[in-house]
Amino acid sequence: MLHPVPTLKETPSQTAGPYVHIGMTPNFSGITGVIDADPGISMLTPDTKGERIDITCRVIDGSGAPVADAVIEIWQADADGGFVTPPSRDSNSRPSFLGWGRQPADADGCCTFETIKPGPVAGPDGRPQAPHVSLWIVARGINIGLQTRLYFSDEADANADDYVLNKIMDKRRRPTLIAQKQDGDVPRYVLDIHLQGPNETVFFDF
Amino acid sequence: MSGIILPGADGALYQRDRAWHPPADTPTYKSTTFRAPKQSLLALGPTKSELSGPTFGHEKLGALDNDLIRNFSQDGTEAIGQRLVVYGQVLDENARPVPRTLVEFWQANAGGRYRHKKEGYLAAIDPNFGGFGRALTDENGFYSFRTIKPGAYPWPNGGNDWRPAHIHFSVFGHAFAQRLITQMYFEGDPMIWQCPIVGTVPDKAGIDQLIARLDRHNTAPMDALAYRFDIVLRGRRSTMFENKLEGN
Repeated sequence: MLHPVPTLKETPSQTAGPYVHIGMTPNFSGITGVIDADPGISMLTPDTKGERIDITCRVIDGSGAPVADAVIEIWQADADGGFVTPPSRDSNSRPSFLGWGRQPADADGCCTFETIKPGPVAGPDGRPQAPHVSLWIVARGINIGLQTRLYFSDEADANADDYVLNKIMDKRRRPTLIAQKQDGDVPRYVLDIHLQGPNETVFFDF
Repeated sequence: MSGIILPGADGALYQRDRAWHPPADTPTYKSTTFRAPKQSLLALGPTKSELSGPTFGHEKLGALDNDLIRNFSQDGTEAIGQRLVVYGQVLDENARPVPRTLVEFWQANAGGRYRHKKEGYLAAIDPNFGGFGRALTDENGFYSFRTIKPGAYPWPNGGNDWRPAHIHFSVFGHAFAQRLITQMYFEGDPMIWQCPIVGTVPDKAGIDQLIARLDRHNTAPMDALAYRFDIVLRGRRSTMFENKLEGN
């Protein structure tokens, strides 16, 4: 089969602006009564399978200040390494785990997601990638959403063999994607996302 | 332009044309100074993790989710301002409609003021206007909503910079790597061409893509003007889901 090449240009991105919380987390921003719950705020359902974890990402700008107006979205596989697939996308029932979360940053630039640890997803070479979560970050002063990933500090062997991490030629920058585990009743993985500076996070053009 | 590609790259998204989008660091828009990454982006072909993405076909949207004139009304009074219908089609770069994808929008009120605790502009709050709405595209990729025309407003950037009237849009598509936020402007507004944020888009033809057209045919007589704003997301070479309702 032959296919046509693109005929349209992608719509240019514009910054999400300082009031992105109005549009993406209206209840959090005080606009209540329009929708029941902010989309993506709750990722878990009673039927979600897998190991319960929390993920906390803190966004920090080049002056060291927290980016309190940010929104982070995450997208991840379920505990078996699967994504919600097209047939169930179209059903009217909510999947037991959609794999998508959205949180507004708080005054400290932090977003916390209550989720489950993702299973391994096959990479382009057919081998499993290390467990990871895809991140998308928008805020005032960010002209186009930033794409990056979060990996888990307790997956050192898998991380060392990961398709994407190994594409980062400067090995010193790989740790910018690895969230550090804090033990607790629910393990918490913490990642600082530096927009600039000596510890600038690796951002991708996927 | 037309042509063909050979199979063999099924599932890949077309590479994003970064020169068509604003660069990260745009000094005339000062907020980018400390927020623009300085290192190059690491370009990688998307994996399954980026080629998949959340869809919202299971969501039941509320009847007023796409009616900003009424969805925050406190007492049954409608929002103040020039009444509009804004609609358009979400397409991919192959000009194929993107059905059943979530489109979210937010905006200032008719006086140019946002309902936000950090908003300090002296224009009055409209007690019946929240400024948020959302819609799912239909089988042909179309969305629509009712709103009022947002006002222009001054902002602290250059000392006397003004934003042209605009509406913010968030669009999903069907792959996480298609995720897009942009802003819509209004045809004929001279403020567009003096805005530092608009000016982050390098190409005038790109800016033109952000300008909604007045659509006289779809005005609601004795009620609302209509503006059309089409949105283009990244296209995919995939043949994998050729026969799926979700499209490619």
